[in-house]
Amino acid sequence: MNEDLSLRDFRRKLINWAMGAVLALAAALVLIPLLSVFAYVVKQGISSVNWNFFTQLPKPVGETGGGMANALLGTIELVLLAMLVGVPWGVATGVYLAEYGRGKFARALGFCVDLMTSVPSIVVGLFTYTILVMPFKRFSAMAGGASLAIIMIPIVARTTEELLKLVPNHIREAGLALGIPRWKVTLWIVLRGSMSGIITGVMLAVARVAGETAPLLFTAFNNSYWSFKLDQPIASLPIQIYNYAISPFEDWHRQAWAGALVLVCFVLVLNLSTRILMRQPRSTR
Amino acid sequence: MTNLNPILEARQINAWFGGTQAIRDISISAQPNTVTALIGPSGCGKSTFIRCLNRMHEEVPGASVKGQVLLSGSNIYDGGVDPVSVRRKIGMVFQKPNPFPALSVAENVAVGLRLAGISKRSVLNETVEKSLRQAALWEEVKDKLRSPGTSLSGGQQQRLCIARALAVSPPVLLMDEPTSALDPISTARIEELLNELKKQVTVVIVTHNMQQAARISDRTAFFLLGEMVEFDETATIFTNPKDRRTEHYITGRFG
Ligand SMILES: Nc1ncnc2c1ncn2[C@@H]1O[C@H](COP(=O)(O)OP(=O)(O)OP(=O)(O)O)[C@@H](O)[C@H]1O
Ligand SMILES: [Mg+2]
Repeated sequence: MNEDLSLRDFRRKLINWAMGAVLALAAALVLIPLLSVFAYVVKQGISSVNWNFFTQLPKPVGETGGGMANALLGTIELVLLAMLVGVPWGVATGVYLAEYGRGKFARALGFCVDLMTSVPSIVVGLFTYTILVMPFKRFSAMAGGASLAIIMIPIVARTTEELLKLVPNHIREAGLALGIPRWKVTLWIVLRGSMSGIITGVMLAVARVAGETAPLLFTAFNNSYWSFKLDQPIASLPIQIYNYAISPFEDWHRQAWAGALVLVCFVLVLNLSTRILMRQPRSTR
Repeated sequence: MTNLNPILEARQINAWFGGTQAIRDISISAQPNTVTALIGPSGCGKSTFIRCLNRMHEEVPGASVKGQVLLSGSNIYDGGVDPVSVRRKIGMVFQKPNPFPALSVAENVAVGLRLAGISKRSVLNETVEKSLRQAALWEEVKDKLRSPGTSLSGGQQQRLCIARALAVSPPVLLMDEPTSALDPISTARIEELLNELKKQVTVVIVTHNMQQAARISDRTAFFLLGEMVEFDETATIFTNPKDRRTEHYITGRFG
């Protein structure tokens, strides 16, 4: 009887230990692809990340050297364009959903926002192509920025909505009881109180769209030169990497790796700083 | 009993949450510079009633009110009266201290004026100091006006909320159990404060604490099951109530 018990006890402990080990192994296995991708990108790219890479335009086929300066700047321009449209729009949608959305329409809208988050980015690109490229018969930075904005909006909207829903109702009541109109309470008390969280959400959304390639393929297209015109094609890091990677030239392959490394580092830094920001003790709650 | 010129007078207030009536035909009046206490067992409608006095009740989805509330003679429920302007004249302090998140101590106090369109620094600074002094908080926070309002202690936060309400200089201040979340020392401070405040504002206060009502108020209303049983001088309510139910409640026989 007693032996039986201790045997069961031992079995239980063994199973417990085994389960723990399996889970730890699964977690470790997840890290392998991540770390190996990163290590490989560093190994292949680091030798070509140099001053020229950040300052020079691409060289024509056949000549070695040159850099991706225009693509880097292009990505920054595209991301800024996307933020310009996507952040206010996304925040406004989130505020509507959290503060004013009641009834069928709001529920439908919330569902659409969820759907939008999971639409494949190539479809977003196609959509933007149809409405912003075909009518003007021209690829453009504007179209590229718009397609990235479409990807940003639902992310920013959901983050905003969720953060505002965390603000307890008695805060809104306190504002109203002070004789502040509801829209001002929403904007200057509720939204402002959640600002640090919303900035975090925006940064994550930026990290997400900075590496998007598919929606840019037939919207922003590409450009071998500097471009500051909204109605002209513009280079971007992901597209440049793509073009160089599928080319037959050894030198371009090296540059593609360098571009990949820079992109990975950019996203990594954004994610890390977001985490650090989030870890700060917040007085928002 | 002087009923000559009440600054605040509620007439036949009825209030509903959806289809359920929470309070029935409640009328009280308050003279300027007095403290009126509302007492009664939990769920009897004190909060509902006090929220009818500054049109906060209607912010609850599905809630409705019938009756009149006269502020210096004019009905705040008249068609065309903007609830926003009512609330600027009838301030409110809640049970739980609720300073605005991410705003500093000073910003919390100034926000009412700021969002009403006053942006002159000197006026705002002056109001912040004056209101914090009125709320007996100035000495404690004058060196941390820029730290978050939420970093103060519970009792300080509640006084901050009082200062915030006072900053828009409302003639009437409603308080819904303002000390029930506080320790005895903080409570005593707020009670002292009320004695001072009374010189400038008229206070209506909900309290669960019978000694508190007896200490601080001039008149007391006793609520039971959504109705007002008795409304009289505080001394009378506590020493010689007319209604048996009031007597039972204040002597602790039910509640
Ligand atoms: N938001 C609400 N929705 C529906 N019913 C409510 C709501 N708030 C209060 N009630 C009901 O209205 C009645 C009066 O509630 P009220 O909060 O006014 O009581 P109270 O006297 O303030 O109680 P307490 O002393 O516990 O604060 C109660 O029966 C309560 O259940
Ligand atoms: Mg209550």
